[in-house]
Amino acid sequence: MSHDQKSIHLRDMHGLTVRGPVEWTEEEKAEIAAIVAKYPTQRSAIMPVLWKAQRKWGWLQFEVLKLVAATLSLKPSEVMEVATFYTMFKKEPTGKYLIQACHTLSCALLGADRVIRHIETKLQLDEHGNSPDGKFTLMRVECLAACGSGPMMQINDDFYELLTEQKVDEILDAMAADRPLPVPRPEVDQWTYTPVS
Amino acid sequence: MDVYPRILSRIWGVPGSHTLAVAEQHGAYNAARKALAMSPAEVTDVVLKSGLRGRGGAGFPTGRKWTFVPPPEKRGGKPVYLLCNADESEPGTFKDRFCMWNDPHQLIEGMIIASHALGVRRAYIYLRGEFEYVQRRLDEALAEAYAKGYLGENIFGSGFSFDLYTHLGAGAYICGEETALISSIEGYKGQPRLKPPFPAVKGVWESPTIVNNVETLAAVPWIIENGWEAYKAIGTEQSPGTKLFSCSGHIMKPGVYEIPLGTPMMDLLNKWCGGLRPGRTLKAIIPGGSSVPVMTPAEVAQANMDYESINKVAGSYLGSGGFIVMDDSTDMVDALTNLLRFYAHESCGQCTPCREGSAWMYNILCRLRDGLATEDDLVALRDLADNIHSRTICFFGASAAMPVQSFVTKFRDEFVARVESARAGLPAGLAVAK
Repeated sequence: MSHDQKSIHLRDMHGLTVRGPVEWTEEEKAEIAAIVAKYPTQRSAIMPVLWKAQRKWGWLQFEVLKLVAATLSLKPSEVMEVATFYTMFKKEPTGKYLIQACHTLSCALLGADRVIRHIETKLQLDEHGNSPDGKFTLMRVECLAACGSGPMMQINDDFYELLTEQKVDEILDAMAADRPLPVPRPEVDQWTYTPVS
Repeated sequence: MDVYPRILSRIWGVPGSHTLAVAEQHGAYNAARKALAMSPAEVTDVVLKSGLRGRGGAGFPTGRKWTFVPPPEKRGGKPVYLLCNADESEPGTFKDRFCMWNDPHQLIEGMIIASHALGVRRAYIYLRGEFEYVQRRLDEALAEAYAKGYLGENIFGSGFSFDLYTHLGAGAYICGEETALISSIEGYKGQPRLKPPFPAVKGVWESPTIVNNVETLAAVPWIIENGWEAYKAIGTEQSPGTKLFSCSGHIMKPGVYEIPLGTPMMDLLNKWCGGLRPGRTLKAIIPGGSSVPVMTPAEVAQANMDYESINKVAGSYLGSGGFIVMDDSTDMVDALTNLLRFYAHESCGQCTPCREGSAWMYNILCRLRDGLATEDDLVALRDLADNIHSRTICFFGASAAMPVQSFVTKFRDEFVARVESARAGLPAGLAVAK
């Protein structure tokens, strides 16, 4: 974690910049004011505002971090220390589809490694986990709290569970063609419940 | 199976259970109405007498935790905050996700009642970053509750006003530790703080703060509605009530099951989880999330699913109820290496024994897994674990140490076999291959 972040941090410091202006629209400024109002201190809004910035710009370039700092009257270093601590804040660009595949124990017991290797082969990922067209990025991540329906992966905001090679193919083929998929839901159908009194 | 009331999973599986309309058909917010007609002290007293214990892992009595908030004259004018811990990240645990997904109004109602008891005006639900889609559902439920006047000003005409917000983390296991969660919501790195002062006295924004797990708060409405006697009648004397168990691994029917505490562990395995896969035998069970000591089949046969029994029989813990089953196809060296990668990755880096030790233990285990370790490495591994445990600010150090201590002790043969096969120049894993 820290090694990658350091190198990216350095890259940002040396001038890799965003396309287009790094500034909030008036509407976004109002939304940020509403976020800030939820908390007794401005600083508490760092994480929600970083999320907002990441959704807008895709990843958190140094220019973006400086904007978040200015927005909340903080030093860039204060925002930087938060952004680098939490793994979901992206310090480097990723593909349009960010695949986070769980490889912790429960998923591993059910064949997560096999599924992940299948993803790597299918998408011809390089050593950084990026596909040749840059559309997909794969990260092996730790437990995402879907242990009963492993192997599982998160793609962007959604969980895909009970994975098999075939199911992975269906999901990734649809995404490769930018064909919309039904929004996945927790796999509730396979859960059985305790008897009712 | 015995018949007992479903408390937490009452309306799971009912179509539209997450909507206010369906939840109200099943009695949602009746308990909140009842509680707001009671005095705060009366509400706390019911929860105290029910014996409800914190479901995040520590099992601390919830009512007692609530009484630690100083009285108004000793708060220095500070407000009291309630934080719901929905950072569910303990490997093997996925129950809170189901609570929030299937019945968000039960959690909201529990937070209204708890906030009335504690004198809270503003509360937050801290969700792990990956639960963004759960946050969307919770926010919809919050909007429904606000629209009906169940949140906001003067709830149910009681004079009690209360605001509830969701807050999204961004990928850090440690934020499930209550003081780390507090640091995180304040806008800092999620690093735990020394206790005392305990959060109940000085927590978020230097104010008295109660941090409760999702499942804990979700149990409160039922207790208020049905009385503490009814809750206490379920489960055991020391561990009353029901609990959600997240069951995963080598079982036929993985899932989230609500059962009374004190249920025999073998019953959970065979009746609810559908038993092992055909032709397999049990090798080990981690009963309470990845941090607790692993249990052998002999221990499993004697233990019940409650806080006391698991500790007495196996020196392990009920924890968060993450029930991970491993059959005889499992290589215990690989399994432990997998877990230690998790701890090495998630250590927040604040305390040296944990930061250095967890990565060091993981490195040794990788060598062991790859057939490169010696007997000295096994000694060093145990020594590291013993020296991390209890030498850190928070419980994470112990959480990384306990799996190592228990795996290496209870499944010693497999670890020694790896060392011996390495010495004999055999390929890694050969000695334990099935």
